[in-house]
Amino acid sequence: MSWLVIAVVGGVTIAFKAAGPVLLGKRELPSRVASVVDVLAPAMLAALVVTQTVGGDREIEIDARLAGVVAGGVAVWLRAPLLVVMVVAAGTAALIRLF
Amino acid sequence: MESRTRDGVRVALPLAIAPLLFGASFGLLAIDAGFGAVGAVLMSATTFAGSAQLAAASILEDGGGAASAIVAAVLLNARYVPLSLAVASIFHGSRRRRAVESQLIVDESWALAGRSGRFEYGVLIGAGLLLYVVWVGGTALGTVIGDLLDPEAIGVDAAFPALFLALLAPYLRDRRALLTAIVAGAITLVLIPVSPPGVPIVAASLAALIGLRR
Repeated sequence: MSWLVIAVVGGVTIAFKAAGPVLLGKRELPSRVASVVDVLAPAMLAALVVTQTVGGDREIEIDARLAGVVAGGVAVWLRAPLLVVMVVAAGTAALIRLF
Repeated sequence: MESRTRDGVRVALPLAIAPLLFGASFGLLAIDAGFGAVGAVLMSATTFAGSAQLAAASILEDGGGAASAIVAAVLLNARYVPLSLAVASIFHGSRRRRAVESQLIVDESWALAGRSGRFEYGVLIGAGLLLYVVWVGGTALGTVIGDLLDPEAIGVDAAFPALFLALLAPYLRDRRALLTAIVAGAITLVLIPVSPPGVPIVAASLAALIGLRR
């Protein structure tokens, strides 16, 4: 049974990842499509931030992750380098879990 | 190695600890779920997407069926359609080459490749290669000593959303991108409680239609 899962999930994921580069490739996009693709990046980043900060299994979960991300957000605001942002977020969440 | 690819490796190096630990968690969980060490490593090498793999393994480990494990993982990975569309223009060469190289798209390599406001091929490939090696290696390690490593204890799960937030920040100076990000975040937040995991992110991609506004 696990082999079926490994094969199907692997095959479908490979197709998902290849979809853009194989179907679009370097083709010049019509300007209206290009303007949608242009703002896909901020849309997907915002969605990733939200799901990974408060996402649970069909519920909003407020836990140490949120505190970590808020602290990381302050570091972003202060223009800290990426690594510092991540360490601040991880350290804050780890500290909260200690207590 | 091209210098831009080396840049990608260097940018991703500090965050490689996370896929190492999460890969190990997956390896451990996959053993409990009955994948066997070979199955666990094979899944990491082909699927290369943490959340979907962890979801599939935990459903099987809880006694769930193959169908629900597949549906959950496929929904979680459906975001790779909009992610790969967004980054499609940087790939070149034959269709086969683009198909192979696109497998290095994973949330972190994708986000890092766009850190300067436009996607860079070398960074995606370099970061993707490093993360791939660490993810597959971490999985193998986890099948042996997974119970010794705990990513949550050091807060690694909070480091990723913070990374995405840092990479989102430069886009927000543009009013249209800011509006898109707010709408996408709101769609995600509203849908999390009422839809299976994975669906909110895919639905949030609709916020990009704001790009049509002049």
